Amino acid sequence: MSAVLKVEELAKGFTLHLQGGLGFQVLRDEQLVVNAGECVALTGPSGAGKSTLMRCLQGNYGADSGRIMLAHRGGMVDLAAADARLVREIRRETLGYVSQFLRVIPRVSARDVVAEPLLARGMAPDEAEARATALLTRLNLPPRLHGLPPATFSGGEQQRVNLARGFAPDYPILLLDEPTASLDAANRDVVIGLIHEAKSRGAALVGIFHDIEVRDRVADRTHEILALEEAA
Amino acid sequence: MTAPLLESSGLHLRFGAVRALDGVAIDIWPGEVVAIVGESGSGKSTLLRVLAGQIDADAGSVLYRDTDGVTQDIPALSEAGRRSLMRSEWGFVHQNARDGLRMGISAGGNIGERLMSAGGRHYGRIRAEAADWMARVEMDPDRIDETPRNFSGGMQQRLQIARCLVTQPRLVFMDEPTGGLDVSVQAKLLDLIRGLVAKLGLAVLFVTHDIAAARLLAHRIVVMRHGRIVEEGLADRVLDDPQHEYTQLLVASVLAA
Repeated sequence: MSAVLKVEELAKGFTLHLQGGLGFQVLRDEQLVVNAGECVALTGPSGAGKSTLMRCLQGNYGADSGRIMLAHRGGMVDLAAADARLVREIRRETLGYVSQFLRVIPRVSARDVVAEPLLARGMAPDEAEARATALLTRLNLPPRLHGLPPATFSGGEQQRVNLARGFAPDYPILLLDEPTASLDAANRDVVIGLIHEAKSRGAALVGIFHDIEVRDRVADRTHEILALEEAA
Repeated sequence: MTAPLLESSGLHLRFGAVRALDGVAIDIWPGEVVAIVGESGSGKSTLLRVLAGQIDADAGSVLYRDTDGVTQDIPALSEAGRRSLMRSEWGFVHQNARDGLRMGISAGGNIGERLMSAGGRHYGRIRAEAADWMARVEMDPDRIDETPRNFSGGMQQRLQIARCLVTQPRLVFMDEPTGGLDVSVQAKLLDLIRGLVAKLGLAVLFVTHDIAAARLLAHRIVVMRHGRIVEEGLADRVLDDPQHEYTQLLVASVLAA
């Protein structure tokens, strides 16, 4: 098996200038290796830094030090040192992310939200639309909603749009933040199926799964994040 | 995507005692949407106008790589050379549509004029293209013969955008493109700009004090204060993990809807 994601000595803290420069450390000397075809579940107490690590892995948070090495375009690149353009390229081609909540864009339909990353990768519009429709249908989003902007959708419907968007492009590395939190049992099974398919095509997945049953069914192993002592 | 479209560094400009630009460097790459955010007086509009060759800095360089791959030294370029760039490869969208439109001529004339100055001669084709662009910015093409005076603020702004984009520029400068409009009109306009920019693969440099607009449109955000860039980077990272005290203040001051 080959490692497609390697976190090395990652550190991340925050300085709150508006709170008198209050600083706290969330991650220190974090190490994680994920191979192709493998799903790793992040575990640990609430507030320990699981989401912070996820956001660092996505490039949404900057790392203070350390490396986040990703297999990208045939080589290993360090996401932690990548400039804005390289992060965008990595997100377009290599690194998918299903956030807990959909960031709704006014007037853009559910189908277009899902098709957008496919179009960005150069897929023909009708093919992208067909794939978007197929995924939304598989996730049991009623066809009458496909053409509507998700702003007025329920939490569970928005999450399924988000999941379809994340699974549409077959990313080699996929990050999942609570992907089944607002789903019923039937849709949870669909998501578990999507995760298994992603693994069998060789994707590496990292997820936060509070649902123990889901975690047991998809994760090959767990990676525990321990809360650091309060730092000055 | 091998070289920036626009490269600038060491920009300084004083207005009396005020340092409007105090050592600014900024690059824009093909297809990249960059937002300059900051409060009034931060120097963000001044920076836009210096980069677009509308005013000269006291010091610093601005280099633009044109379609032929020739590097143009903007401060050294003649007035005619700058106008020629602005007619063909660049576009400028003003905050106030009246500054970017000719209020006395028809909507079709406003769009067609720019096509003609870029070399278009066939009247029928120019009119057809003007009507097509009115539709693309969600205006009724039947109103092609009306003057902009008849239009609402949001429509005037859409007409200005059509006039700007009809010649298919590579780099578009926008100064508070949604400033002064009703909130519902702003949202529609932002979405329109977002769609057009993605479809046309434009490079855009826009100035805004609206953090939500920057999040929606920009790939990269540049935060300015007192004539300096205090922070810049990936748009979502600057907003979600701001490092500089001033950026943290800007982000914390946004009302969540």
